[in-house]
Amino acid sequence: MSEDLYQEIILDHYKNPRGVAAIDYPLADSHQVNPTCGDEVTVWVGQDTEGRLQIAYQGQGCSISQASSSVMSELLVGKTPEEAAKIQTAFLELMQSKGLLDPDEEVLEDAVAFAGVSRYPARIKCALISWMALADAQIKSGLTSDSASLGRKE
Amino acid sequence: MSLDVASIRADFPILSREVRGMPLVYLDSGATSQKPSVVLDAERHFYETSNAAVHRGAHALAEEATDAYESARSIIAGFIGASPNEIVFTKNATEAINLVAYAFSNASAKYRHGHDVDSRFVLGPGDNIVVTEMEHHANLIPWQELCAKTGAELKWFGITQEGRLDLETDPIDHNTKLVAVVHQSNILGTINPIQELMRRAHENGALGLVDMCQSVPHMPIDIHATGADFAMWSGHKMLGPTGIGILWGKHELLNSMPPFLTGGSMIEMVTMDHTTYAAAPARFEAGVPMVAQAVGLAAAVQYLETIGMENVERHEQALTEYLLQSLRDLPGVNIIGPDSTLDRGSAVSFTVDGIHPHDVGHIMDSQGVAVRVGHHCAWPVCRRFDIPATTRISPYLYNDFADIDAAVNSIVKAQEFFGVVPEVAG
Ligand SMILES: Cc1ncc(COP(=O)(O)O)c(C=O)c1O
Repeated sequence: MSEDLYQEIILDHYKNPRGVAAIDYPLADSHQVNPTCGDEVTVWVGQDTEGRLQIAYQGQGCSISQASSSVMSELLVGKTPEEAAKIQTAFLELMQSKGLLDPDEEVLEDAVAFAGVSRYPARIKCALISWMALADAQIKSGLTSDSASLGRKE
Repeated sequence: MSLDVASIRADFPILSREVRGMPLVYLDSGATSQKPSVVLDAERHFYETSNAAVHRGAHALAEEATDAYESARSIIAGFIGASPNEIVFTKNATEAINLVAYAFSNASAKYRHGHDVDSRFVLGPGDNIVVTEMEHHANLIPWQELCAKTGAELKWFGITQEGRLDLETDPIDHNTKLVAVVHQSNILGTINPIQELMRRAHENGALGLVDMCQSVPHMPIDIHATGADFAMWSGHKMLGPTGIGILWGKHELLNSMPPFLTGGSMIEMVTMDHTTYAAAPARFEAGVPMVAQAVGLAAAVQYLETIGMENVERHEQALTEYLLQSLRDLPGVNIIGPDSTLDRGSAVSFTVDGIHPHDVGHIMDSQGVAVRVGHHCAWPVCRRFDIPATTRISPYLYNDFADIDAAVNSIVKAQEFFGVVPEVAG
C-alpha cells in the first residue's frame, strides 16, 4: 500500500528528523507556504569559515515535506556551493521526472527514496517546498552558484 | 435506506470504475459531484440537434437554442421557487459572488463621478460589510477587495468551539450595507440560521447574500422563505456540468445594479459614446453564454426533482449520522465541526492524531477512497481551530453505508501504516 511513495527512508526521516532548527549567523532565510494544503517551512542559510553551507529549518506539514527537509539538510550541510548545486539540480530533475528517471544514488544518497513521489503530482510540491525555500535563501544571501538558482523554477 | 442507491449508482458511469486497483469510493462531492448519464446525454443531444448562438440570428436552430436556454432557466428557477427573470447564468458561484461585489464597486465608483446610481450599492468609509469566519474564500476575498477599493470595513461573526456561528457577538449595525454568509459550511458542515441572519441584516437596512453552494444540491430550498436578497451556487456540485453557476437575486435589485461584464447581448441601445443596458437577467450575461451547460444543468435539476430533494436530504442525514458515529468510535480521530446531525450537512471534516491530513488522504486514496484534504478554501477556519488542514468526507445521494465503512477502514489503515493506532483504555 503506497510503498512506492512512503519508502522506509522517508518514514524514518519523518519520525527522526536530522538537522537543526537554528544556526548562529544566518545570512538569509526564506519562508515558503503551499497554499493548497497550508504546509509551511522556513529555511535559514549560512556559511562556515571554509565557505561550506550551513542550513537550519523549521516547518509543519505532511510526512513527505518533513522528511524532505530532513534529507535535504543531511545531504547539503557542509557542502561547497558547487557541490550543493549539483545535488539540488539532481533532486529537482528527479521530482520532475514523473517516475521515469533512475536516480543517481552517488549524488542523491537518501534522497533517491523520493523517486516515487514524482509519480504523484499532488505530492511533488510537498517534497520540493524546503528545497525551494533553500534556493530562495541562497539567492538572497548571495551564496549561490549559478546553477543552484535552478531550484527557483516553479 | 430511503433511497434506492443501487439503481441511482447505475445512472453514474464513473462510479463503476476502479482506481489504483480498487473499486472507486467517491466521497468528495463537496468539491464536485459526479454526473448521471441523463446530464451528459442532454448536453450531447443539444450539440447534435440544436446548437446555435442564443438570442441572435433568425434561423430555426437559433430559435431552438434560445428556447432550450430559456427553458433551462425556467426549470432551474422552479427548483428553488424563483421566477426565471431572477436567475442569472454565470461561470460558477465564485463569479456570481464577484458579480454582486462588482455591482457595489461599480456603483460606488460611478457615484463618485456624479452618476445616478442606487444608493443601496454605494459604499464608502464608515460603511461596513459583515461576513463569517467560516466563509469559503469565494465569499471572503471579493469583500476584502471591495472594502480595500471603497474604504468600507469588513467585519465578521466568529465561530464557537463546536463549529457554530457565535451569534452573541453580532457585528451587524446601522452602518452595515451587506451581510454575506454561507448557508452550509463546506469545511465544518454547519448549517447556519439564515432566516435569523437575513432578519438582522434587513432590520439594519442592509442587503443579505447567501452562499448556497453546499445547500441547494443537498436540501429543498424555497428561496423566498430564506429571506435572502441574493443567493448563488454552482451547477457542478449538483450533478450538473462545470462552467455554469447561478446567481439568484430579487428582480427589483438586479435591475438596480450596474453591470459586471460588459459587451454584446447585455445592451438595450448603443451609440459611440453611450449605452443603456438590458433588464436583468440579460444585463449580466454578456457575450455568447454557456448554452449546453444550462441544458445539462436543467437535466440535473429534473433528475434531482424526480428523486425528490426531501429524499436526498433524508438520505444524507442517515449517512451523516452513521459517519459521525463511526468516526466517534475511532480512537485518535477528531471531528472538526458539529458532532450531531442537528443543523448540519453531510460534509464532515476530521483530523487524525499523529498523521498529517495529506498523508491520511493519500492512504485513503490507495484504498480507492477519494476524499479532500487541505484547508478547503476556508483557511481562516483552520486557523480558528489551530490545525494546518483537515481531511473531509462529503457524501451525496449515490453513496451508501458501505462507502462510509470503506472510508473508515481506510482511516484505520492509515493509523496502522504510520504506527499511531491509539491504545484503547480498559
Ligand atoms: C461554500 C462554497 N462557496 C463557494 C464555492 C465556490 O464554488 P465554485 O468554485 O464552483 O465557484 C464552494 C466550492 O468549493 C463552496 O463550497
